[in-house]
Amino acid sequence: MLMIEALNAHWQDWTKKIDFKYANVFRNSPPLGPMDVAFVEGAISSIKQAEKLKQIRSLAKTLVAIGACAVTGHPSAQRNLFNPDQQAAIKPILEKFSYNDKVQKLSDLVTVDHQIPGCPMDESRFVELINKFVDEFKLKMQNEKLKTTT
Amino acid sequence: MHQVNLDLSLQEISKIEGGAGLDLSISNNVVTKCEFKITEYKRFYTQAIKGKTALAAPTLLARICGTCSNAHILAACKAVESALKITPSRQTQILRRLVMNGLYIRDHALHLYLFVLPDLFNKNSLLDFDEKIPEEHQWLDDAFSVKDAGNQLSILVGGRSVHAPYPQVGGFNHFPDSTQIPIVITKLQSVRPAVIRLIQIFTDCPWSQNQDVPYLALKNGQVCNSDNVCIRQTDYRQHLTHRILTYSQASAYVYQNRPYLTGALARLNLAKNPPPPFPSHNLYHNNLAQAVEILNAIDDSVAVLQSAEFTPESPIKSTLSSGEGSGLIEAPRGILYHRLTIKDMMVTDAEILVPTGQNQLCIENDIKNLVNNHLHGVLNKNTLRHEIEVLIRAYDPCMSCASHFLKIKWA
Repeated sequence: MLMIEALNAHWQDWTKKIDFKYANVFRNSPPLGPMDVAFVEGAISSIKQAEKLKQIRSLAKTLVAIGACAVTGHPSAQRNLFNPDQQAAIKPILEKFSYNDKVQKLSDLVTVDHQIPGCPMDESRFVELINKFVDEFKLKMQNEKLKTTT
Repeated sequence: MHQVNLDLSLQEISKIEGGAGLDLSISNNVVTKCEFKITEYKRFYTQAIKGKTALAAPTLLARICGTCSNAHILAACKAVESALKITPSRQTQILRRLVMNGLYIRDHALHLYLFVLPDLFNKNSLLDFDEKIPEEHQWLDDAFSVKDAGNQLSILVGGRSVHAPYPQVGGFNHFPDSTQIPIVITKLQSVRPAVIRLIQIFTDCPWSQNQDVPYLALKNGQVCNSDNVCIRQTDYRQHLTHRILTYSQASAYVYQNRPYLTGALARLNLAKNPPPPFPSHNLYHNNLAQAVEILNAIDDSVAVLQSAEFTPESPIKSTLSSGEGSGLIEAPRGILYHRLTIKDMMVTDAEILVPTGQNQLCIENDIKNLVNNHLHGVLNKNTLRHEIEVLIRAYDPCMSCASHFLKIKWA
């Protein structure tokens, strides 16, 4: 959500430098392929989600967990702490839709390179990180260009 | 006539809030299956809230959804106040109206510009608009400016556009900075021409499909239907019947045994002297209704900010510590209902009805009608897929909200 809102102030700059390739919220996206940076929000509640996270990890050079759920698991993981009555109340849903027993944060399953905690995430840290990536890629491209010309 | 047989499965529908899919089957020209599935996983908020302090309920329940967080805060505040017999001050009501206006502007703009507009231009994404083409540059600029104006209003009054920290049970803990008010007024006024352009493009939009459903909206403090039969907000829940959809993570509801519609189109249809073409039964006019509501929210906010003076006041406290109450508000996507039972200032039970859950059956019916209209012509799977997505987007569903928890007994 805040990722979209950050574009209000930065779209003129970012849309020239960043290819928002697999953001379903922006477009009907192609099947996942190699990517430089993956931003992942939300906690992991099912095997299906875990598999998708592992796929993203295998395709992304850098993975960033954004928001409290991705970084700490909470509040999505609040059911991990439910008492027996609460557990019994949600059990039919967990079984019906094949939920995992416990909700997990991203780093429980894959290597996370950067994390931006908070609910909502800290927008200034997000902007800072994006600009850092852009600068790094710019430098990398300049070095590659230099190599090919010398 | 040729016989149509088709199976269509849409996974991860794009340009909507959260995850949803559709399973559709047509056999010998008859739609045999049309299941709109909300695929977001539940976070069980109505269970998790049990045992938590009532004063923290708005903040906790707002985590149901980032997009609609401020609406959840206000509905939960209202539910706690209703349970503890707190009557908020007139100033609090005005500030809450401004918080909602900020949300309407940002949320409707997000939906119309980022999700719907690309379909009008036959593009996949707003980010594919070409900055070098003046018209497309204008739409990009409009999109982010209008959203930003809504956010600035929310920040001024609520402290943040998402999960606003200022509103709380009984009032506000912070008041608008008077030096910022003229800046926000100027910002709101500056995007007015953009919103007029938005209204025009959706007025000219040719998409059309009529629906025959009751519309429900909050009107003069009561929930009214299309026949102008009105009920008290506190009686709302008992007029609805819960329907279990075994394939969806969300709960569905019927009103008088029929699917019903809540949201911008319902509000405009039931408004006193609505602008033409309202009242309308064209489901795609939900987009136009949202554009009109952005303009109304801007004009209302500017008028309030120009005339009001905000004085710090302490949140109203109650002498009661137990009770049951409900909070019903018109969130951008429609009627949002929170009911809380409080004992010794702790929440012991909760129920939440969100607009997308309430509209779910209506969405399915309209998809069926759309598909049936296609059965008489040449059926192109890709065209059908696209048109179904456009229809679903017109409803502006929010899956994060829809997949909170409600106790379900599976058959």
